[in-house]
Amino acid sequence: MIRFASVLNLLSIVIVIIAVLMLIPYSISVYYQDGVSFAFLESFILTMVVGLLTWAITMRLSKGQEIQIREGFLLALLSWLVIPALSAIPLLLAIPGLSFTDAYFETMSGLTTTGATVLTGLDHLAVSINFWRTFLVWLGGMGVVVLAVALMPLLGVGGHQAFKAETPGPMKDEKITPRITQTAKGLWIVYSIITVACIVSLCLAGMPTMDSIMHTFSIMGLGGFSSHDDSFGFFKSPAMESVAIVFMLIAGVNFATHFVSFSRKSVKPYIADIEAHAFLILMVFSIILVSIVLWVHQFYDDYLTALRHAAFNVVSIATTTGLATVDYNLWPIFAPIFMILLSCFATCAGSTGGGIKMIRAQLLLKKSQGEILRLIHPHAEIVVKHNNQPIQTKILYSISTFFFLYVVTIIFFTLLMLLSGCDVVTGVTAVVASINNMGPGLNLVGPATTFAVLTDFQTWVCTFSMLLGRLELFTFLVVLSPRFWD
Amino acid sequence: MKKVIILGAGQVGGIVAANLVSEKTDITVVDLNSEKLQKLSERLDLRVVVGNAGHPAILQEAGIEDCELLVAVTEKDEINMLACQIASKVFSVPDRVARIRSNEYLKDTRLSVQEMFDINHVICPEQIITDYICKLVEYPEALQVLEFANGALSMVSIKALEGGFLVGQPISNLNVHLKETESRIVAIFRNNQSVVPDGGTLIESGDEVFFLAKTQDMRNVMYEMRKMDRPIKQIMIAGGSDIGYRLASTLEADRKIKIIEPSEVRAKYLANNLKSALVIRGNETDKNLLNEERVEGVDLFIAASNNDERNIISSLLAKRLKVRKVIALIHESAYVDLLEESNIDIVIGLAEATIGSVLSHIRQGDVTRDHSLRKGAAEALEIIAHGNSSTSKCVGRKVQDIDWPENTQLGAIIRNQEVLMAHHDTVIESEDHLIIFVANKKMVPMVEKLLQVSKFHI
Repeated sequence: MIRFASVLNLLSIVIVIIAVLMLIPYSISVYYQDGVSFAFLESFILTMVVGLLTWAITMRLSKGQEIQIREGFLLALLSWLVIPALSAIPLLLAIPGLSFTDAYFETMSGLTTTGATVLTGLDHLAVSINFWRTFLVWLGGMGVVVLAVALMPLLGVGGHQAFKAETPGPMKDEKITPRITQTAKGLWIVYSIITVACIVSLCLAGMPTMDSIMHTFSIMGLGGFSSHDDSFGFFKSPAMESVAIVFMLIAGVNFATHFVSFSRKSVKPYIADIEAHAFLILMVFSIILVSIVLWVHQFYDDYLTALRHAAFNVVSIATTTGLATVDYNLWPIFAPIFMILLSCFATCAGSTGGGIKMIRAQLLLKKSQGEILRLIHPHAEIVVKHNNQPIQTKILYSISTFFFLYVVTIIFFTLLMLLSGCDVVTGVTAVVASINNMGPGLNLVGPATTFAVLTDFQTWVCTFSMLLGRLELFTFLVVLSPRFWD
Repeated sequence: MKKVIILGAGQVGGIVAANLVSEKTDITVVDLNSEKLQKLSERLDLRVVVGNAGHPAILQEAGIEDCELLVAVTEKDEINMLACQIASKVFSVPDRVARIRSNEYLKDTRLSVQEMFDINHVICPEQIITDYICKLVEYPEALQVLEFANGALSMVSIKALEGGFLVGQPISNLNVHLKETESRIVAIFRNNQSVVPDGGTLIESGDEVFFLAKTQDMRNVMYEMRKMDRPIKQIMIAGGSDIGYRLASTLEADRKIKIIEPSEVRAKYLANNLKSALVIRGNETDKNLLNEERVEGVDLFIAASNNDERNIISSLLAKRLKVRKVIALIHESAYVDLLEESNIDIVIGLAEATIGSVLSHIRQGDVTRDHSLRKGAAEALEIIAHGNSSTSKCVGRKVQDIDWPENTQLGAIIRNQEVLMAHHDTVIESEDHLIIFVANKKMVPMVEKLLQVSKFHI
């Protein structure tokens, strides 16, 4: 039997944490006098009441039972379904005429660090609302359950499982500290330190403080929300773009590597992290390739301009951030398609990015090489290795399955989009951009437009794609299995 | 009677025991495996004790209290290290030799295994064989390459063949051909008979020539003896034994390696631990498998399993399948002689190739290096001269005035890390390292005696 009461009891803790976090945009709203402070206050009260009620009701029923592996999956999934709904309340209250579908899409997009938006006129939105949107990106980047584990030790096997269900990457059994709470704390601390560094750097590059905070949240979470309709292009500043590129690349590397490096005060972990090497080399190569394509097509007058725009937009799309400086939808078609393809696998496991993850791509590639070698040498003993460490067959199977499910999910959701009357490019790119938690697609949902053009049905398809992508499919699919409920 | 305890009745333990028994010592062998011990005691005159070599009580039973030398060569590095420490701390055994196979203990510079565990000498016979074969891969023309003075000086054994510049000419022409380099021919074997070389000796095709040269000049001297072979690029190692694995991991960086291993567990281990070498699971004596892996295309085939019979069959098979060069590793000394007649290019007797360096630590005196040559018949020694002209028969004298035993030749002197070729009028100083070639192994004790410091004035 699934212990619902225990799951809901822990979920109530997560809800209370979210409620408390709503006080931050409330105080910003009060400080800036932007007129929507009532929305945050009411949401805070509502969420707090929901949280405390759930806690009070389930406290007695749960009898202090610890959650197990299955409950862990359920906790992660429920958190990711409920939190966007609660976070959407301030948007619904502050923005008149916003439907629940769109508000839920917006907060899901934020928490899954997708960055696709249905809102227009961002420049005229209340500061606290824009802050709340980007703050959700930042929270979702490291993970809400991870935060809950860091703040309140969710003890037991299930707590660990919920943590793992939320952490992206194929090798989740590698703990970087002996205790899961310490790991969660360590990751959040490193994440916060780098975030502060990014805010300071953007301020030094000349960005207004509030804008730097909000864009830092987007950059660190590899989300893509901006407080301007023109996205990062609003600032027209090569210095700020350079800062953004550097921090997007930092956020695209496994935070476990950052953590180990910080705690040992050594650069050795980076030297040993060959996944990060592949990610960085791929980025440099792609920037050069795209800039040459733009230059050859004479899209920009000189090569340096081409390089500047290629650098920012390639890194932004490939790391699944989704901030833009120009409307790359207008670029020669090779460039945007190539960039979207990169977003499928460029970022590292354990980073805040989405997609298949670099390590899975590397291992699949090595596995394929091995299969070819086996045809030449039928009796060879072939072992797939990463950083000279042999990889268990179990993990390789799991990766192959993940890849298969990933492709099937894209095809399935694309068909749903096409069924509801969307054109091919819009449909495919909207689904891929959602499942990779990247943000803008092409054509109707390109960087210069928003997802508002989609019908309610299509919006829900994208919302679910984002959730599936963020939880890396399995956490969602496992709950659909009948055996799960035995 | 000198009392010696040998821990471990495996291959190395057996070899050490066999060699020390002949040197009139009192030997006790300790091992967990009573069968192995029984076989050993049937063959040699020694005492055996069954038990864990790391336990003090067992060591005591073996008579460690008045033991002078402990040779710890069990399968487990940890037991060997522990036994040495116990022997030193508890029983004050003066001399302790331990085999440490795992590189993990030796590579970490923070850890000084010898000091921590009170080991006088660390030995690793597998590494000696690996180094031996790696040299042959690097210099495919040579039959054997030995290093002295931390690699600065090398002794090479090579077969002179038609096409070498010096073949058919007297030895004295060597220095005419190679004006810049200094080298010295220390021995020539013609039809298995030692020919004492002097300036006028003619080099004939088919001679086995031993020469000493600085390592950087080696290739030039080798050109004098024969044409160079194609460098070795592709190697097939038959058998994933410890030596097979060491060879593969040393050579895989620069060469294409295939290693064949029949056991699934061992093949997995190899595949997990080797970087670029290709591990083939199968029987190395299976002709179809060798054909499938295109054995005819490899430059070198090394039979390195733990089983002599398999090594013999696989190397004969490789030769039949037209492999250019085949090296066979043989444990059993009797087989080594037998294979002399076969067409296998190089047969390495494990015992003969390693015993020299193992015994050099065990023997008294200041032999720092002892290489067996020609399957153990001859030896090359690196030995330190001590004393002064009144206490030593060597120090302070010219080379030509020293009363060298028969069939021995002083090749070079290492003085303050510098290599000097020995001339008739070179005067030997105290603390010189002498590189001496001994054509007949029986003369080794005489050489040692010659260099011993006498307590009485001569």
